[in-house]
Amino acid sequence: MSLPPFQRLLDEHAWGLRRFLVGYVGWAEADDCLQDTLLAALEAYPGLRHGSNLRGWLFTIARRKALDCLRRRARDAEPGLAPDRMEAAVAIPDWDLWALVAALPEKQRAAVTLRYLADLPYAEAAEAMGISEAAARQNVRAGLAALRKKMSGRET
Amino acid sequence: MSGVADRLRNLTIPSPLADSFADGAFADGRAGAAYGKVSTPIGELTAVVTHRGLLNLIFEGHEQDRALQRVADKVTPRILEAPSTVAFVQEKLDDYFRGRTFRIEMPLDRSLLTPYQGRVLDFTYDIPAGETRTYRQAAEGAGDPRAARATGRALATNPIPVVLPCHRIVASNGELRGYAGGLDHKRFLLEHEGFLR
Repeated sequence: MSLPPFQRLLDEHAWGLRRFLVGYVGWAEADDCLQDTLLAALEAYPGLRHGSNLRGWLFTIARRKALDCLRRRARDAEPGLAPDRMEAAVAIPDWDLWALVAALPEKQRAAVTLRYLADLPYAEAAEAMGISEAAARQNVRAGLAALRKKMSGRET
Repeated sequence: MSGVADRLRNLTIPSPLADSFADGAFADGRAGAAYGKVSTPIGELTAVVTHRGLLNLIFEGHEQDRALQRVADKVTPRILEAPSTVAFVQEKLDDYFRGRTFRIEMPLDRSLLTPYQGRVLDFTYDIPAGETRTYRQAAEGAGDPRAARATGRALATNPIPVVLPCHRIVASNGELRGYAGGLDHKRFLLEHEGFLR
């Protein structure tokens, strides 16, 4: 099977990739991560032997680039959202929910954002994370439970 | 309680991918081909370019997806939509359609041309505007007078129409015969060049 023009991948998946990245690494760095992801994908693209599961392949790269980004951030020692970023974030619709997602533990955040922001099936979310499908489901469950708890705790 | 999952699904993200991505990826060579629309009196065409030049000019209504897939298969799958990259094509076509020149000179990428097709189309390029030649003359011009059928095919599958003016070939009885872009477009081009009125 031949590979479709790369633009088709962008048309179909850039939206989901960006949603995943915004949820996973935050607004400030999502666009840089997306750019890194797409450039890396573009470079590796002709080396693919077939065009099946291109979405899973893209998200695997995205997750890898996002992890690089998180490591850089940890090294630069700026834990969580900096206050100025927090202020900018208030202008964003649903910023409270974004902030709760950003505060989830890394694995749960990855699983929840892949599943619900990017709308991937569990199998592909698991592939992108390099874990089993069962583990992906478990992380999504735990992440949702944590979000519910925080939301109800705050609202009451 | 599915409230959280639904709220997550419905989270909106405003700004899309920056336009500059495709331009940058083509400029630094990571994308091997780029495409965009050019507007002409014979419709909005899709121009596909590589770093060598114009590779493919696709008529409106022709299956753009299939044409781009062909580029992906034969030239490179690293194709992005980047309208700014086809500005030089628009400029040269404007010159042609405004009658400033009938010999469109621009860098071409001949990767989609077979060697024989290249010879046939080079022959058409040298026909002065306002004149036509027959299929038989085109076959002779390409060095193989008996290859009428191959000549017809070479013209019909011209990947760079208008620029490589396959429309200047007509039947020996003067009929326009065929044109991938539609006969009325062939008529328009020949009228524009002063052959028909």
